Amino acid sequence: MANGSIATQPVYSDWSVRWFSLAAVLWGVVGMAVGVFIAAELAWPELNLGIPWLSYGRLRPLHTNAVIFAFGGCALFASSYYVVQRTSQARLFCPPLAAFTFWGWQAVIVAAAITLPLGYTQGKEYAELEWPIDILIAVVWVAYAVVFFGTIAVRRVRHIYVANWFFGAFILAVALLHIVNSAAIPVSLTKSYSAYAGVQDAMVQWWYGHNAVGFFLTAGFLGMMYYFIPKQAERPVYSYRLSIVHFWALIFTYMWAGPHHLHYTALPDWAQSVGMLFSLVLLAPSWGGMINGIMTLSGAWQKLRDDPILKFLIVSLSFYGMSTFEGPMMSIKTVNALSHYTDWTIGHVHSGALGWVGLISMGTLYFLVPRMFGQVRMHSTRAIELHFWIATVGIVLYIAAMWIAGVMQGLMWRAVNPDGTLVYSFVESVKATFPFYVVRLLGGVLYLAGMGVMAWNVVMTATKGRYRPVPVPTLAAAA
Amino acid sequence: MDILYLLVPMSALLVLGLIGLFGWALQTGQFDELDREGQRILDIDQASGRPAAEE
Repeated sequence: MANGSIATQPVYSDWSVRWFSLAAVLWGVVGMAVGVFIAAELAWPELNLGIPWLSYGRLRPLHTNAVIFAFGGCALFASSYYVVQRTSQARLFCPPLAAFTFWGWQAVIVAAAITLPLGYTQGKEYAELEWPIDILIAVVWVAYAVVFFGTIAVRRVRHIYVANWFFGAFILAVALLHIVNSAAIPVSLTKSYSAYAGVQDAMVQWWYGHNAVGFFLTAGFLGMMYYFIPKQAERPVYSYRLSIVHFWALIFTYMWAGPHHLHYTALPDWAQSVGMLFSLVLLAPSWGGMINGIMTLSGAWQKLRDDPILKFLIVSLSFYGMSTFEGPMMSIKTVNALSHYTDWTIGHVHSGALGWVGLISMGTLYFLVPRMFGQVRMHSTRAIELHFWIATVGIVLYIAAMWIAGVMQGLMWRAVNPDGTLVYSFVESVKATFPFYVVRLLGGVLYLAGMGVMAWNVVMTATKGRYRPVPVPTLAAAA
Repeated sequence: MDILYLLVPMSALLVLGLIGLFGWALQTGQFDELDREGQRILDIDQASGRPAAEE
């Protein structure tokens, strides 16, 4: 009523989409820059300059938290708030609460950026943050669930689009995983001890850790995939029926892949085998989804040549296919005997992280940012093309270097002389890895440079444009 | 492996919940017209909020 327009048609609530999109780009640059720095530290350890805050052990969790939860998290918030409104043809439920999730999530990120270099950690991978921050995460996450499912509840389209099922599963599963794994007994404001001990703690940690991969880094981004690929390609998803099967198959089979992180440890042998079995089963729904997404372009492949945003989205799926093939293979115990604790694992993670999560988020942001600032397209399409190619070359350098380094390390560590002694000492394998660390650093620098190009393009688009409210379609229009 | 007394029942409950959710989706007709639902997101022009055909 404030603007006094005659047709008081409700508009979508895009404030949080806009700010989460910009934040995703900012944290992408920061998180990847930290990654490049620690990659350089692995090649030249003196780069920590003897300062504890710059040591690898403290900056590595800062890097993982920044790229997964700050960059990936902000991209997920932005895309889920956008998609749930558009597919439900309803305004976001309780926009002030969505604004709270924005500020709350930024507070979590800033708190992480301060406490991790200072050395405050729970020592759990991907769940390092101390208990006061964990509580803030839980509060923000509950608010997120209320906004998201509230919007689903007030939807004006009876069918819940498949992307929303993936986003919904991601939100609920992450809430459950976070609360169970972060259960801890505080002894002071900055120190707590896990509620579990020994191998029990390890089991909970990797039940959390792998399901975080499954629901944060897969289900959420599949939600993006099922909306933004059809929209950008202007074609419906190849088989909508298969997308429904993909969803239910994935969530029914995901929960028990975690023990493959604990092969050849104190975890009972049968539990390791269960983890391996579930990991192998996951290949089927993953590839079903990947094929479904790529085949959406079936009959319109020429679009891939002309549209760099589609290149990001489709190539991300090919990396998704690669890493969801590689993952089950690495979970096989005999393969794992070679790959475990080597840089092959790092290569695998980054094929998923840089290739799948990174590229699909960038493609999505290139779709969202112009629309959030009343523009038809990004400031420079050629810059998107440039970004795509340097990012792709960067990924290939990165993962190829880590594959070679990893297999080499595995072979060197297991090589024995006829008399039973080890052929190589550990430090010899470190020395042999040096050139691959340098190539990996180069790949990382290229990927970061691409992100820099994106940041410039986003700033230019945002300053040139102005947000134009988008009306929620009337029901008559939808019929 | 006492932790399995927490994790296994939790998984079992989760699967029961998922079966319930699947049943709800089936009963309320979420899967009735799947071919049309894939097309629907393309029918609305997002910038104007109007049906794409009116462009």
